[in-house]
Amino acid sequence: MITIQGKGVSTGIGMGPLYFYRRAKTELKRYTIEDTTAEWLRFKGAQAVAMEQLGELAEKAREEAGDEAAMLFETHQMMAEDMDYEEAIQALITEENLNAEAAVADTGDQFAEMFASMDDEYMKGRAADVKDVSQRILNILSGAVQGGIDSPVPVLLASDDLAPSETIQLDKSKILGFITSYGSSSSHTAILARTMGIPAIVGLGDQLDPIYEGRTVVVDGGTGAVIIEPNDEVFADFVKKREEQLQQRALLETLKGKENVTKDGKSIRVYCNIGSPEDVDAIKVNDGGGIGLFRSEFLYLNSSTYPTEEEQFEAYKAVLTGMGDKEVIIRTCDIGADKQIDYFELPKEENPAMGMRALRISLSRPAFFRTQLRALYRASAYGNLGIMFPMVTSVWEVRETKKLIESVKKELEAEGLPYSDHVEIGVMIETPAAAMISDRLAKEVDFFSCGTNDLTQYTLACDRQNNDLGRFYDPHHLSVIRLLKMVVENAHKNGVWVGICGELGADLEMTETFLAIGVDELSVTPRAVLPLRNKIRSIDTSVTTPAILASIESDETPKY
Amino acid sequence: MKSFEYTVTDPIGIHARPAGMLSKEARKYKSTIELEKNGKKVNILKLMALMQLAVKCGETVTVYVTGEDEDVAFEGIKAFFEANV
Repeated sequence: MITIQGKGVSTGIGMGPLYFYRRAKTELKRYTIEDTTAEWLRFKGAQAVAMEQLGELAEKAREEAGDEAAMLFETHQMMAEDMDYEEAIQALITEENLNAEAAVADTGDQFAEMFASMDDEYMKGRAADVKDVSQRILNILSGAVQGGIDSPVPVLLASDDLAPSETIQLDKSKILGFITSYGSSSSHTAILARTMGIPAIVGLGDQLDPIYEGRTVVVDGGTGAVIIEPNDEVFADFVKKREEQLQQRALLETLKGKENVTKDGKSIRVYCNIGSPEDVDAIKVNDGGGIGLFRSEFLYLNSSTYPTEEEQFEAYKAVLTGMGDKEVIIRTCDIGADKQIDYFELPKEENPAMGMRALRISLSRPAFFRTQLRALYRASAYGNLGIMFPMVTSVWEVRETKKLIESVKKELEAEGLPYSDHVEIGVMIETPAAAMISDRLAKEVDFFSCGTNDLTQYTLACDRQNNDLGRFYDPHHLSVIRLLKMVVENAHKNGVWVGICGELGADLEMTETFLAIGVDELSVTPRAVLPLRNKIRSIDTSVTTPAILASIESDETPKY
Repeated sequence: MKSFEYTVTDPIGIHARPAGMLSKEARKYKSTIELEKNGKKVNILKLMALMQLAVKCGETVTVYVTGEDEDVAFEGIKAFFEANV
């Protein structure tokens, strides 16, 4: 029994023989030809076959993953018969007497390079498509077989990593799980695995040795463990764990497409918290209703210098277009405290949680803040955007921010850049100060989002990074619940809606309480959406609410 | 030759899908249909060249229709732009 450890990117347990993905090996032949007409016809023949293959793949993708996935292959079809592409190949064959393979390869490289050098992220991405199309025609010309699975029984598929067209062509009924040496949680393999609901483990590196081919393997997509030739006891444990997971998943699967509504007809929105554009996929898989918190920090953390307006714009746009008309709430930069970044050159603070952080940094550095606001408003033309500001303690901060927004909008208008007029503005309620003046803040904004992690830390004077506080750190503390109740009341009086985006939102012990105090939205990690929906649908608020409200308001401390 | 000006309203601009749809539509006619942005003119049938113009939302392009069926083609292509691009 050998255990190797990677990164689990799609949950579930898979067991079966390990099988290494086989790629067609093609060596590019290059020679001069005499009969240019025959060579041209040879290309036309291969092109026709490619068109047919791509048409079939588009249909297959449409059935398995919808119109968006089919688009990839339809784009490939258009490229394969593009006039410029064809003419370039024809010129190499007829004028330079090059063989069809070399002509296709050279033309593919040339077009890919053209796309790669474009000043547009979307078009840059098309370079990979041109290469993929050219490779397909090359394989047909040289008679190479497409890579695939040649096994009579389903297998755990191992590879370095798989290209999008490789994943879609796989016979899905033959795959129990994916195990790759490279890749990330956003690679095509991982996304496909999550869509298919099978386990995937990436980043195994050299540990994934081809000598394991054919051996019995157990993988756990939750922990990232890959066990080669497990002993009977371990195997039995995993069989049991797998049964439990499948039952749980079947239950949750039945909840997809259902409303987040209680037995007595009270509904509450369930949105998702995400940290990068790649997470949009997980929201779709888990049937989230929108994005309640998109942390923009990844842009700053993944960079060695301030991200440009264009970089930010592309990232926001990607999320907004990915979510269609569903609401997407993006939080402006929340740097400081536990998130430090070198190039911000923040002065060293004795107590950064109470120092220069979040909106305080943004307002102190207006040029930097404007860049983010411009990117956000430019992106607003592509979907249903809301913007919220972290770490608010005073009304003037909100007013100053809104002034900046107005001037940014004027600027965009003058430049002829489109933006939406329906961007909702919100503040995060994460300090006792903001909660106490929420009646006044409510007059300035469209919504509140309660960051319960910070709100609890500041209310209880308990550092959330400090693991030794034990029973002194009580996430269900009455003071926090009373603050939340007050915030909701002040908000609703002013027609403002309230969401919870802290970890407490997904805490199933708190769902009845949130419903009782009238919270409008809970924003949780994508995988918590369906368990939360399950919980909401089991509650009858006509039974639970009166007792909860009485207990919140009571001056009697329950006996423990 | 007939021509018209058009301001793109598709939020992503003329990316792969609209470019492909335009090429397909243009094949219906005998006329040559060209699109011009910033003095650069490309035949609509040339998908990759069209994509490389990187026409964005809000930008104005000129479309030229030349050929024996240009009256019909002009109306058809204009309606197609208004509905899809």
